[in-house]
Amino acid sequence: MPANVADSLTPVLEMKEIVKTFPGVKALKAVSLKLKKGEALGLVGENGAGKSTLIKTLGGVHLPESGEIRVGGQCVSLNTPSISQSHGIAIIYQEFNLAPNLTSSENLFLGREVTRNGFINHRREEDLTRELFYRLGMDIDPRAKCGDLTVAEQQTVEIARALAADAQIIVMDEPTAALSKQEVDKLLAIIEDLKREGISIIYISHRLEEVFAIADRITVLRDGESVGESATADLSKNQLIEWMVGRPMEEEFPKRKVGRGPVCLKVEGLSRGCAVQDVSFELHEGEVLGLAGLVGSGRTETARLLFGADPADSGSIFLKGAKIDLGNPRDSIRRGICLLTEDRKEQGLILIHSSVENFGLPNLKEFQENGFISQGAEVEAFKGYVNSLKIRLSNPSRKVVELSGGNQQKVVIAKWIHRNADIFIFDEPTRGIDVGAKYEIYLLINQLVKGGKSVLLISSELPEVIGMSDRIIVMKEGRIQGEVNDAQRASQEEVLELALGEQVLAR
Amino acid sequence: MRLKTLNFGLGEYGMVLALIGLCVLFSVLTLNRQPGEGIAAEMELTKVVLDQFPTEGVVLVVGAENTSSATMAENVYASVVSANRENVRMVVGGPRDLRDALDGLFAESGRLAGIVTGGDASKWLVLEQIDQNYPAFESFEIVVPREKLWPDFLKASNLLAIVERIVVIAIIAIGMTMVIITAGIDLSVGSLIALSAVIGATVVKHMGGPEAAGWVVVLGFFAGTISCGLIGMFAGGLVSRFKVAAFIVTLGIMMMARGLAFMTTGGFSIDQVPDSFVWLAQGKLWGIPNTVILLALVYSTAHVFMSHTRYGRYIYAVGGNAEAARLTGVPVGTVIVLVYTVSGLTAGLGGCLQASLVRAAAPNMANMYELYVIAAVVVGGTSLSGGSGRMFGTLIGAFIIAVIQNGMNLLGIKSYAQMFTLGAIIVLAVLLDKARQNGGFRRLLRGR
Repeated sequence: MPANVADSLTPVLEMKEIVKTFPGVKALKAVSLKLKKGEALGLVGENGAGKSTLIKTLGGVHLPESGEIRVGGQCVSLNTPSISQSHGIAIIYQEFNLAPNLTSSENLFLGREVTRNGFINHRREEDLTRELFYRLGMDIDPRAKCGDLTVAEQQTVEIARALAADAQIIVMDEPTAALSKQEVDKLLAIIEDLKREGISIIYISHRLEEVFAIADRITVLRDGESVGESATADLSKNQLIEWMVGRPMEEEFPKRKVGRGPVCLKVEGLSRGCAVQDVSFELHEGEVLGLAGLVGSGRTETARLLFGADPADSGSIFLKGAKIDLGNPRDSIRRGICLLTEDRKEQGLILIHSSVENFGLPNLKEFQENGFISQGAEVEAFKGYVNSLKIRLSNPSRKVVELSGGNQQKVVIAKWIHRNADIFIFDEPTRGIDVGAKYEIYLLINQLVKGGKSVLLISSELPEVIGMSDRIIVMKEGRIQGEVNDAQRASQEEVLELALGEQVLAR
Repeated sequence: MRLKTLNFGLGEYGMVLALIGLCVLFSVLTLNRQPGEGIAAEMELTKVVLDQFPTEGVVLVVGAENTSSATMAENVYASVVSANRENVRMVVGGPRDLRDALDGLFAESGRLAGIVTGGDASKWLVLEQIDQNYPAFESFEIVVPREKLWPDFLKASNLLAIVERIVVIAIIAIGMTMVIITAGIDLSVGSLIALSAVIGATVVKHMGGPEAAGWVVVLGFFAGTISCGLIGMFAGGLVSRFKVAAFIVTLGIMMMARGLAFMTTGGFSIDQVPDSFVWLAQGKLWGIPNTVILLALVYSTAHVFMSHTRYGRYIYAVGGNAEAARLTGVPVGTVIVLVYTVSGLTAGLGGCLQASLVRAAAPNMANMYELYVIAAVVVGGTSLSGGSGRMFGTLIGAFIIAVIQNGMNLLGIKSYAQMFTLGAIIVLAVLLDKARQNGGFRRLLRGR
């Protein structure tokens, strides 16, 4: 048997029966996976299925209680991140590990500096960096500070760093969460190249289309166990979702009857710098208005202006016909406008506090008696929402950080529903949320508009905007590019063309 | 396995256990023979006089002036006389008074039946030398109450000393806890102690000095406290409005306040104050020291405020995640101004207490106190990264520091070694806290 065939038969990485428990939780019950040379393995599963924990055991962050990890056939114990790296494993986490104030070449060689006579050889480092970037087909200045690079460029720096460390196994955790369509395509092309060079990839993503496009095989985790494994070619999307949620999938977006009421919010000529320019639209009662556009087109900025999170340069807002000036979030909340931020963890929740405290924060006045908060009333009110929104938690006084993404989002929704808001601005409500919980969030949105509330829905996932909205407005470079009146019949292409702009249409 | 048990003790009540442990340790180490005192001792001595001493001789009941033995002598004398025992004389004063009494007895050639005494008076040299100096007296007895075994640490006077040692730091630590829960820091409190004390004393000095009325003292303390509150409000405004790092703002104010204190007095200390000046820190109400009442009062108020009111919850929210709190409608700026104002007010009150304790105000007093205050807060389990912490934890933290210092004093440990130990304990406390947050020692030792 020729050596190279034997090479391709022994897996470069094999994880067998990995078990890892945290206080109170069995994160990994028995997970096994195999990774062959030059292969891309898709690793999918709902949030809390154990993907991140598994990756962290591979990266030397967590030490598994039992199980076996073999790299190139050798049994290894990955006690620390540096041992893991020395076995040729590189992990690119969702949150990049780059020092923003160092240049890309300095980041690339951080901890592995190229020296001459004991001094750092900057020129050689920069040459090597340029070479690696060229290999990855990206044109990035090695002297540019990482903090000034785009997300996609930072990701390239991470990949280049893995290559500089001579990694044979590269793990990517949700690499496309913050990338635009073109950038995603570029990344997938890079991964194809890496595979050809014999580097093995583990690709973790919520976006099933990408996984189907790039992975040779797919392993599915559910509740800390590997529940299915198949070559991508033999796997249907429905089968995959069934493995993930443990039951057959219903329709993706729940239907609802449109019952549009009068205009409740009217925006005229809203502007702030270059981010938002002359934005005008109307929002009706009982309506879901989709706000589509590429990342950076000004959707989130518009939402923040509406909510008063940032001050507007000009423009006026009419609430139920009356002109209001929105100074700050406090005033907006008092007027019944609420914002579910795109970044739940940084802006939506206080992670180190309990779910009931997060729920109560905007509602404290209501739970006050003679100036003192009645914690009993607060917990009682929250428990009502735990039942009606199906929030899955062991104890309302446990820290909210311990909840899964979907349940965290439900806590945010509960706090605003209880605040009796009329206008809900949802900014990427299902980002990082698993398939089953997404459906429940959609049901909640439908429930809200059925009750006469208005929803402004911002999402990067076109099927979601189209499936959930009554009307869609599309933004590009801070301006409203167009409106799609009958969202239910719109096609993805139609919206995308508006989002990309005329030049694409002309081509 | 052993690590696991240790982790268990680190829970919510870990610090309380640590404090109790320290108290037990110092109690055992300072276990000592104590001269008898109190009602039991008085009854014992009365019984001796009535039953054992021959009735024809004269009995001397001796006590040292201004000590507990004087009280004892008076009480024993009263109960012996009321039991119709004659020939009893009470001597309360110094050794010379005892010698005079003995000389008098010798001069009238009376007979000495015995002497009962206790406390400081029992150590007088005169007592030991009666045999040599007055050979005429025969077959008399000197009786002191039976000694008992009791820790120096647990003596009432020592416990009160601990409270006096810590009351200033503990009260200022309330404001500091609030500031640190918002993820800030207030370095100015040490200087504000001096400023408040100096302002208070200056007001008193200019409105009567040693003859000033009680309300003038109240006015002075009020002025000192309010001034510091305003300075705190100013610091909070800078932190919230201009987003300047609290460390820098309060560092600047620390130096400004110290400078103001020196400018106010021209560098001298002020002690032209009336007796009522010391009432705040040394007086008693219903038999309980004012310091103890004050501590109980402010800590209960602070606890209720932090855990049961809207603004208390806002303070935690701002420290947990300021941006999320703002987007949830929390008035972040107001909250920040509030905590620094409270910190200024508690520092001002602390300054008044400190001045009242030492009966003077000096511009260089309470140097480095801010660090002790921060240490108390941190030892009490409040995280410097904000969002979590408990008022009673801080109180426990302050007492842990005070008990350790006091215990080392009692054991005769030199002050340099004390400083070293205290520093080490603070480092240890922070490590324990980290271990608790990270869910165990093993993980802490692994570095994550």
